[in-house]
Amino acid sequence: MRQAFIDTLHTLAKNDKKIILMNGDLGFSVLEDFIAAYPDRSYNMGVAEANMIGAAAGYSFEGYTVFVYSIVPFVTMRVFEQVRNDIGMQKANVKIVGVGSGFTYGQLGPTHHAVEDIALMRSIPNMTVVCPGDPAETREATKALVKMKGPAYLRIGKKGEPVVHKALTSFSLKQSILVRHGNDCALLATGNMVYAAVETAHNLKKHGIEAAVVSVPVVKPIDQKGITSICRKTGTVFTLEEHTVIGGLGSAVAELLLEQNIPVKHFYRFGVPDTFTYFAGSQEFIRRQYGLTPVQISRKILSILRSVSSRTTEDSALLRRSSQILRKR
Amino acid sequence: MDRKKIKKLNNIAVDVRKDIVTISSSANIYHIASALSPVELLVALYFHVMHIDPNNPRWSGRDRCVLSKGHGGAALFSVLYRRGFFSRKKLETFCQNGSTLPTHPMMQSAPGVEATTGSLGHGLPIGLGMAMALRHEKRKNNVFVILSDGECDEGSVWESALYAGYHALDNLVVCIDYNKIQSFGRTAEVLDLEPLADKFRAFRWHVQEIDGHDISAITKAMEMAKKSKGNPHCIIAHTVKGRGISYMEDQLEWHYKSPQGKLLDQALRELGIQYER
Repeated sequence: MRQAFIDTLHTLAKNDKKIILMNGDLGFSVLEDFIAAYPDRSYNMGVAEANMIGAAAGYSFEGYTVFVYSIVPFVTMRVFEQVRNDIGMQKANVKIVGVGSGFTYGQLGPTHHAVEDIALMRSIPNMTVVCPGDPAETREATKALVKMKGPAYLRIGKKGEPVVHKALTSFSLKQSILVRHGNDCALLATGNMVYAAVETAHNLKKHGIEAAVVSVPVVKPIDQKGITSICRKTGTVFTLEEHTVIGGLGSAVAELLLEQNIPVKHFYRFGVPDTFTYFAGSQEFIRRQYGLTPVQISRKILSILRSVSSRTTEDSALLRRSSQILRKR
Repeated sequence: MDRKKIKKLNNIAVDVRKDIVTISSSANIYHIASALSPVELLVALYFHVMHIDPNNPRWSGRDRCVLSKGHGGAALFSVLYRRGFFSRKKLETFCQNGSTLPTHPMMQSAPGVEATTGSLGHGLPIGLGMAMALRHEKRKNNVFVILSDGECDEGSVWESALYAGYHALDNLVVCIDYNKIQSFGRTAEVLDLEPLADKFRAFRWHVQEIDGHDISAITKAMEMAKKSKGNPHCIIAHTVKGRGISYMEDQLEWHYKSPQGKLLDQALRELGIQYER
């Protein structure tokens, strides 16, 4: 996704001289070509993110589209007030690009895990929150964000994410994307969990369940029409995100369904429970601790559909497993 | 600058102080003493130093001023009104219900306000970004940023200082309203900034220290900053908190009080006799 983002920006910057790229002393093996091609529009702002966000806002006030690139926690959490005041409040044409969504940097430890950012960015008025699900969505989202004037957050992974869309015929910041048809339940996924949703749907098919898969690259403003329509149709809704279950896609969908009086039989948020991850591990390993692999998700969905397992026991089992790992160390 | 011009600007400064006291008192709003100390800095900028056009507030050829110490908003609003950016009627809405003029300025407040400030340590990074963009376009405009002394406790100020110094952003001029009192005590006692000039010099800034109420010294320092190239500029303006009103001068409590009744009368009386004839 990183490569898809920077390649797209590189191409766009050829004709659009107003595109600026600031980085917070990060971007090794990603940004070099862009910097070499556009040295006068590339800035390494140093390890000084508060200054970078304010400077990006000030720069944008002079008529530029400023992309700010760093790792998710440094560019959303550390600088939350700068993002709120300097970018959100002033409607600055700044696009915050956070790399390393979720547990992309699992082995770097919990300081580098990024599972609270969607909730934070969503809470800021004027902010568009975009979490593309694969390289194709990343490319289209980057193009759309350059066209759109105003604040936005682009949450991307790292590299080598699997391809969900062989061909993405249309993309809009207003619409979710139906990836797979299905009438039995809806899997609404965002960011790097879209592929897991597709695999989950394949697993469920073996059990005779046809799951619709919807990629929700834009968590805010959320596609009310598309999401309510698929939820109404299936009546059973699961959300998938590599993010805390508090305040992310699951919350956004729950708020929407309740407020719009959409009747659902089953609703469950697959995400990270309300805990820090006090251990290292690959993205795959950490996902497994939280029940976020396609096999685990399928199993959980089957149990919900059969209503044999209560949600609370399953949740506490997951938490128990992660604390066991911690105790072993 | 000739005597006549200095007198004119000094008298505008008195007008501005009267505005600050009047509008703050009618809204029963505090931060008055903080608004009184940078008055000459703002008057010098808007009435002499900066290239601006009140009829075309977004004119690209203008100099920019960011009041990073947003708690001095009453001073900025008064100066903008007196320079013709908006009406007296609008100024009088200051802090009234529904007004776009809260204590701390917003970009949406009125024409002429360049940035939303109020949370300290935000204005300098924003001004720095503007200066970077202006340099990128090879334009000659300057960006002025007014900081408070207490604001220099914020780490982001020094992040910007490091960047601007290393990249020699000589179109950036910081004026520090050094009135020596911050929110809850004297700067020397809370978190001493001294040696402040040496700190900026160490960050590769060109530093001048002046009497921040001396219009002639201020304009001279600002003109020098505009001319001299190769470093960003820091003008340390030694000021008095609550300047112009005897009972407010150098008193912490007037960060938090609004004059009413006899104290209001006294303030306006004292200011009235400060006009130069």
